[in-house]
Amino acid sequence: MLDFPRWKQVWFWAITLIACFAALPSLSSFAGAAWPSALPDPRINLGLDLAGGSHILLEANPEQVKRQRLESMEEDVRNRLKQAEPQIRIGDISSKDGTVSFILDDPTRIDAAREQVQTLTNGAQLTGQRDWDLQVMDGNRIVLTPTRAGIDQAVVQAMETATEVVRKRIDALGTREPTIIRQGSNRIVVQVPGLSDPAALKNQLGQTAKLEFKLVDTTALPSDLAQGIVPPGDEIVYYANPSKDGAAPMAVKRLGGIKGDQLADAKPGNDDRDNQPIVTITFDQQGGAKFAKLTSENVNKPFAIILDGKVISAPNINEPIIGGTARISGSFTADSANQLAINLRSGALPVDLKVVEERSVGPDLGADSIRKGMIAFGVGTGALMLFMLMTYGRFGVYTCLALIINTVMILGIMAGLNTTLTLPGIAGFVLTIGAAVDANVLINERIREERARGRRVHQAVEMGYKEASRAIFDANITNIIAATLMFFFGSGPVKGFAVVLVIGIATSVFTAVTLTRMWVSGWLRRARPSDIVL
Amino acid sequence: MKLLKLVPDNTDIKFLRWRVPFYVISLLLMAASLTLVFTKGLNLGVDFVGGQMIRVTFVQTPAAPVAALREEVAKLGYGEPIIQQFGKPNEVSVRMKLPEGSDQDAGLADQMARKITAGIKSAHPDARIDGVDSVSGKVSGELFRTGMQALIFAMIAISIYIWIRFEWQFGVGALFALVHDVTLTLGLFALTQMEFDLNIVAAILTLIGYSLNDTIVVYDRIRENLKKFRRMPLPELLDLSVNETLSRTIVTSLSVLITLLALLLLGPNVIFGFTAAITLGIFVGTYSSIYMAAPILIWLKVTSSSFVPTETAVDRQERLARERS
Repeated sequence: MLDFPRWKQVWFWAITLIACFAALPSLSSFAGAAWPSALPDPRINLGLDLAGGSHILLEANPEQVKRQRLESMEEDVRNRLKQAEPQIRIGDISSKDGTVSFILDDPTRIDAAREQVQTLTNGAQLTGQRDWDLQVMDGNRIVLTPTRAGIDQAVVQAMETATEVVRKRIDALGTREPTIIRQGSNRIVVQVPGLSDPAALKNQLGQTAKLEFKLVDTTALPSDLAQGIVPPGDEIVYYANPSKDGAAPMAVKRLGGIKGDQLADAKPGNDDRDNQPIVTITFDQQGGAKFAKLTSENVNKPFAIILDGKVISAPNINEPIIGGTARISGSFTADSANQLAINLRSGALPVDLKVVEERSVGPDLGADSIRKGMIAFGVGTGALMLFMLMTYGRFGVYTCLALIINTVMILGIMAGLNTTLTLPGIAGFVLTIGAAVDANVLINERIREERARGRRVHQAVEMGYKEASRAIFDANITNIIAATLMFFFGSGPVKGFAVVLVIGIATSVFTAVTLTRMWVSGWLRRARPSDIVL
Repeated sequence: MKLLKLVPDNTDIKFLRWRVPFYVISLLLMAASLTLVFTKGLNLGVDFVGGQMIRVTFVQTPAAPVAALREEVAKLGYGEPIIQQFGKPNEVSVRMKLPEGSDQDAGLADQMARKITAGIKSAHPDARIDGVDSVSGKVSGELFRTGMQALIFAMIAISIYIWIRFEWQFGVGALFALVHDVTLTLGLFALTQMEFDLNIVAAILTLIGYSLNDTIVVYDRIRENLKKFRRMPLPELLDLSVNETLSRTIVTSLSVLITLLALLLLGPNVIFGFTAAITLGIFVGTYSSIYMAAPILIWLKVTSSSFVPTETAVDRQERLARERS
């Protein structure tokens, strides 16, 4: 047990030194010193509770994705059958009860219709399933049912796009070093260090920014609309700002409008006439062509500019707009115009995102926590070392050395793995030190006992390490079990605590058992003591 | 050089003589804790019940004006706040239920936070807003569920490990000691009405780990002694094992306490509850390893045969052959 060949010693020292070097950049930054940029620079990130900042958890509703999917399938089916040669005529398409179904006017064309619709479905992921189930019923009705795999795939895609959009929007705000990660199937975590008032950020993310241009149905009677009677093929929309534009509902054509997703640019600006804030949008080529077609076919008719289901304004089309540029005016403020421009540039969110959890920490509290945490750590470790020296003498010196190396190694490994130090993490740190000492206490007490039983020094030390190792091993395994469960079930700060604990357990076994044994055996070989003070 | 020796060599304290009264006391304490938890309830933080928590530090006032603060916040029309000091008397948390309809419109919660912080700041210019936490009911429900899952799974997983490494009686004993520790800690939180949040779950998981440290050290010695002294009556053997490891138990507990005390007295106030829970856990855990985990082995009838390998037929032949030659 006490034999340490040269190669082993070199190896252990190398591990120790590498881990300690990795800690240097972090240590120098805690001390407020600059780290030369030419050197590798692994750093420990400070969690939001220490650095100050905001944590926002956004959630999407998968039901919304399902609904949108049904709606777009409805439209696709309609277009596809209309374009078929010769055209396949159908009755109303219903997308209620979570399926898309329609009846053919001419049942003899059921096979042709089936073939056409089949091309609208795709394979879903790697499941071998299709994303829609296609059934023919009663010989003249086709029913499309979304499959589980299809829905899952759609939700995943929507969340991926949403995450991308969120990232673009946050970048556009000029925030530094945000962390944006997907969590679970329908959530996104946004963490922004240094931002203690996230209201603006939340406003930005809370806007879906789905822009639509739809024709106003001028034939609809206001009295009907007020009673909630919707003319066929229309839908009812309201003004976004009823206090200024009026609370009366407006009927717009469900189909035939265009969406604002084919934009090349969007800029905030001011109207030349009344100097009100506006947003100028520029369509891309395809979008511009569509917009030109819509405006030239409907000159002198009003169309509604709809943002997230609410009308911003409903101007008259005075002349065809063929340049691909349009100005959106409405009751904007300079801020809201800027916000809308950013959101239109970064694209609409495929789903609405809601804030379900939000935590923000001011910078003073974080700085205070770091300072107090460091003081507590220093005083605690100092007192502990004194206690060890008083109790175990020379063996206490080894214990203290192991402690110091342990601390630096934990920092080094945390920096190397790029983990985050949170407030409970600091507590975990202090506790790890306490636990690391336990291993040395077990060993030293055992050596003491073996000496009391009359074993010779060398043998007593060897037995001490051997017999104590069993309990140290079992105790550490159980702690790893607890920490692992903490990591998987815990969230945020608890996770940070678990990470420190696991790293600390690994390093404490190495420093408290392996390194001290190497030092003790080296001393025994050199000094050949006949008795030890313990 | 004379070294510090907290526990004299060869102690022979008859710990196990008092096992029945201590068991009775512990069971009563556990019952009392459970009663407290179910009647008085835990003071669950926003992590677990949802709502909004605003942390405020009064930079120049030594003690936060809690009563005035309560009145000012209640005046804003969002209901009665729960105001609690933590760590230092000049640091408080103001907790509110989320306003009606904030499930649909997250802006409502924002508005509330804005009004409350503005109200506090205008009435108390030295108030520093240290943070705002808003947790919706849906998320808090999940956090509570996963937190409890972590606790229960950790206890079960650890017990299974002990069962594998030792014997089933040891697994049962360890599980019982853990349940004891967790119950008493929950009881303390119900009694003092300290805020129970996610960090406290981490604290309880930690003390499970530490309490188990102690239990394992004692169990390891019991296992060793069971092999060594086959004919020693079990209560005597348990006493011997506890006494042999006593010095280590005291030194380790003291070491951990030293670091914890530093954290408790000098550390960040935000984790005061967290550190307090672990500090209590160290005492309870050390006690339970001696008085809960060990005596149960007597009642579950552990014998030395559990750890002495039984002789196989091949072994027997070899032994007989050796004896003949």
